[in-house]
Amino acid sequence: MREELHRFFRAARGAGVRVSPAESIDAMKAVADVGFGDRGILRDTLLLTLAKSQDEKQALGECFDLFFSQPEVKDEATPADAAEGAPPDSMEGETQPGDPGAQAPELGELAQMLMSRDRNAIAAAMANAANAASLSDIRYFTQRGIFSSRILEQLGIERLRDDLDALTAANPAEAERLAAALEALRENVRDVVNQALVLYGREETENLRNEILRNAPLARLERRQVEQMKALIRAIARRLRERYSKPRKRQRRGHLDTRKTLRRNAAWGGVPFLTSWKRRHRDRPKIVAICDVSGSVAQVSDFFLLLIHSLHEVVDDVRSFAFSGHLIEVSDILDTRSPEEAMSEIMSKVGFGSSDYGGSLVDFEKGWIRTVTAKTTVIVLGDARTNNLDPRADILRRISERSKRLVWLNPEGRMAWGWGDSEMPRYAAFCSVVRQCATAKQLERAVSDIVAAYQ
Amino acid sequence: MNNHLPADSIEAVTRGLASAGYIASKQIATAVYLAERIEKPILVEGPAGVGKTELAKALAAWRGLKMIRMQCYEGLDEAKALYEWKYAKQLLYTQILKDKLGEVLGGADTLSAALGKLHDFGDVFFSKEFVEPRPLLQALEQEKGCVLLVDEIDKSDAEFESLLLEILSDYQVSIPEFGTVVALVKPTVILTSNGERDLSDALKRRCLHLHIGFPEQKLEERIVESRVPGISQSLRKQIVGFINQVRTLDLKKLPSVSETIDWARVLVLLQSTELDHETVKDTLNVLLNYEADIETTMPQVTTFVAKAGRQGVFG
Repeated sequence: MREELHRFFRAARGAGVRVSPAESIDAMKAVADVGFGDRGILRDTLLLTLAKSQDEKQALGECFDLFFSQPEVKDEATPADAAEGAPPDSMEGETQPGDPGAQAPELGELAQMLMSRDRNAIAAAMANAANAASLSDIRYFTQRGIFSSRILEQLGIERLRDDLDALTAANPAEAERLAAALEALRENVRDVVNQALVLYGREETENLRNEILRNAPLARLERRQVEQMKALIRAIARRLRERYSKPRKRQRRGHLDTRKTLRRNAAWGGVPFLTSWKRRHRDRPKIVAICDVSGSVAQVSDFFLLLIHSLHEVVDDVRSFAFSGHLIEVSDILDTRSPEEAMSEIMSKVGFGSSDYGGSLVDFEKGWIRTVTAKTTVIVLGDARTNNLDPRADILRRISERSKRLVWLNPEGRMAWGWGDSEMPRYAAFCSVVRQCATAKQLERAVSDIVAAYQ
Repeated sequence: MNNHLPADSIEAVTRGLASAGYIASKQIATAVYLAERIEKPILVEGPAGVGKTELAKALAAWRGLKMIRMQCYEGLDEAKALYEWKYAKQLLYTQILKDKLGEVLGGADTLSAALGKLHDFGDVFFSKEFVEPRPLLQALEQEKGCVLLVDEIDKSDAEFESLLLEILSDYQVSIPEFGTVVALVKPTVILTSNGERDLSDALKRRCLHLHIGFPEQKLEERIVESRVPGISQSLRKQIVGFINQVRTLDLKKLPSVSETIDWARVLVLLQSTELDHETVKDTLNVLLNYEADIETTMPQVTTFVAKAGRQGVFG
């Protein structure tokens, strides 16, 4: 049973629940105490000891149900094969009642099991074979075939084939029955392997997929990847929140806060038993984001805005602006609507034009230059392709002078900057940082650096 | 009731908590049972008012133990949670003992000899007599054991969490001046959190994680029954049915068990025997704490009451 639990821990890790050795020890202890008698209690016990949040509890609960439903899958499958084999079975019952006993000695173990329809024995044999084939090592869906054949080998398929050949010559009816049973057995094995893949392979598969996704260019995602990317962006947002939402007070060692100390020690006649030290308050980041939403940049802006606006705990104040031909403020739309609605509304308002950086910067200076203070980080996201219009880099200089930092994120690679109608080099002169930002990984690093600058 | 032996079955825990007036679901009972068996703290999470704090109280009442409660808040530190030196007492004693000190030191001719004698006293002034134990230290010093409730741990700072780790895993604290204090009897520790911020993994790892959500209808009826004696069965059914429907609405703060109990009490006081929409509208402020929530619920009251009434008849 200990083996079983260890495999469950592995499956739990696959389901995204982080099970450390210490936790598995606790779970073992707890399970030793409550026993395996009551499935509900066992489930509660494992949820209590292993899961550490509501999400994890749910994931673990599902994992538990899947894991311990394994024997049942076999039970379901076997009646199905029994039903298939039913007509010959009844026929055989009528015609040759004594025969199976007579044939038995020449058949192999597996064939006997199949012929006698000993469900429990088959289930047990299958579990043993799965163990021997170390089925829990399965990681990728491409490994299904090899594990299936390994299990069948362990079950003794070689001998069964010989039996089948021998039987076809001797007793075709029986042979047919055995062949049907073999087919059912194959199906069973396939089910078992599939389930194992779901249980143990999830983590690896997901890691692999996420890794690919993190490095995929945001502007050229396929439709089905967009959903996955959104989930990934949410995970990134959570990570950034956890890292940067700690309190922003820090002691300045060695600087005594005289006033506070005297006040605190008034009870002892001002003899300073308790000292108070000066603390430095750190500002939460204030961000003004100006995003190009035209053409190929739109998708990247999408994800960027999604990320910035899910950082409420970390970032105090975000004002977002979107532009292509002209510029509007979109903070309210992003805060009140669901991401999908917000994006389509923004696109319908300003999207799909050819971008005019100069005009949009003029719009910004006219309407919202006051939102930029000495504590603000201004982030511009765009490819700086001005369609040969006046870039108005002078406005960008003024914004840069007013702000704490000016960060430009460009989805294009460094090689393309300055080629064609790209005005990146002219803008870059007034930026604190210019960096490429085309994949989720680069996006995460960019936002992380911006927030870290306030720590 | 034998205090020091852990309960021998999960049913015994359920019965024991029930005797203290706490109707526990199976998960809660399992958690308490395991906490006693493998000697780990329980971290209880869930919305406000579902009986997180109540669990600790009931456990203490059932076991006949003292409950030591530590309410967490931002800025809580070692001096308020663990121990503090009694400065005033130290000062007073040095004043009183001044002459005595003079006598003792009188024999010494040189300064270094006096210093040597002074060292012989040991750390008189930093001994147990001068320590003011705060909740955590008190909990370790209870001779019969106790239930330690660390309430709303999510309100405290991350530093305080780290301070708790030593107590939670080893049931001991280290005081630099006189070493490690080990618990005489390991206390049963219950931590509660409203999930205002994520707790550190280190803390979570040391605890059994229990999530108490809104109870099922049947369970909630039993809770109301035990907490509000003298309430008729049909009214109880209707109240719980009504509240369960309110919980399906999109509200700022959903009514939890404590609100159910309060509301049931109010209705008993008003001597209602049936839930009718007039009374409900008048007493809705007991149930909901925000004006906006009341406004959302008000138009639905009639339908909800009708539905709850039907449940009362057929359920």
